[in-house]
Amino acid sequence: MTVKQLIDSCGFTAAALPDGDREVSGVYIGDLLSWVMGRAGADEAWITIMSNRNIVAVATLADTACIILAEGVVPDEGVAALAAEKGVNILQSPLSAYETALRLRDAL
Amino acid sequence: MSDELSFRFDVDGDNFTSAGQASVQVKKDLRRLGIDPEIIRRVSIAMYEGEINMVIHAGGGVAEVRVTEEAVEIILADNGPGIADIEQAMQAGFSTAPDTIRSLGFGAGMGLPNMKRYTDYMDIQSTVGVGTTITMRVNLPEEEE
Repeated sequence: MTVKQLIDSCGFTAAALPDGDREVSGVYIGDLLSWVMGRAGADEAWITIMSNRNIVAVATLADTACIILAEGVVPDEGVAALAAEKGVNILQSPLSAYETALRLRDAL
Repeated sequence: MSDELSFRFDVDGDNFTSAGQASVQVKKDLRRLGIDPEIIRRVSIAMYEGEINMVIHAGGGVAEVRVTEEAVEIILADNGPGIADIEQAMQAGFSTAPDTIRSLGFGAGMGLPNMKRYTDYMDIQSTVGVGTTITMRVNLPEEEE
């Protein structure tokens, strides 16, 4: 399933969607950035509540398909624009990380 | 003799929010060279961790990446405070990062362990009060004849 399809089927919104056709292969949840880089797999959707600029670099380097900001978190100022520029998809979910993951489980 | 390609970056020690620029650039450069994506992932994550460490602890430094036929080598050199106990620093969860860094999602004590985990070779040379040089290598698969 692509990131774009995920938005439609899970009720997320897009803060930045420069690569909506990217395929999503799984899910990783975490807020400690080094931990995420050590464990998240390429092409996974990464659920987090961290919203600073560093998440764009982490998503780029770990090669995740998209970042999903859970709990209604919005990206810090300038982060959505930076993500769009760097080709990183950022979605927003009003749900908790757990409930967001459940939606993904049903969709994927 | 193998051809060697190298990239060199100055890592800005004052700007934590822009940390990672060198790693992202290296990722692009390696992709252009047609290197396997999983190897690029390992190299760029290891380098990013090192870059973050230099910003947090050492006020910046220099990152150099060399590509040969056998491996991608990353050398990170700084003139920071040095590491007093390397064995302790290598333990997952051990961290001396300040709370401001932790609130940004770093400082979990996973940096050096991640660098070790993602590379095939890692060497730390450090002198307290002088600086630290870390050399890492990720082997490239042998080309089939």
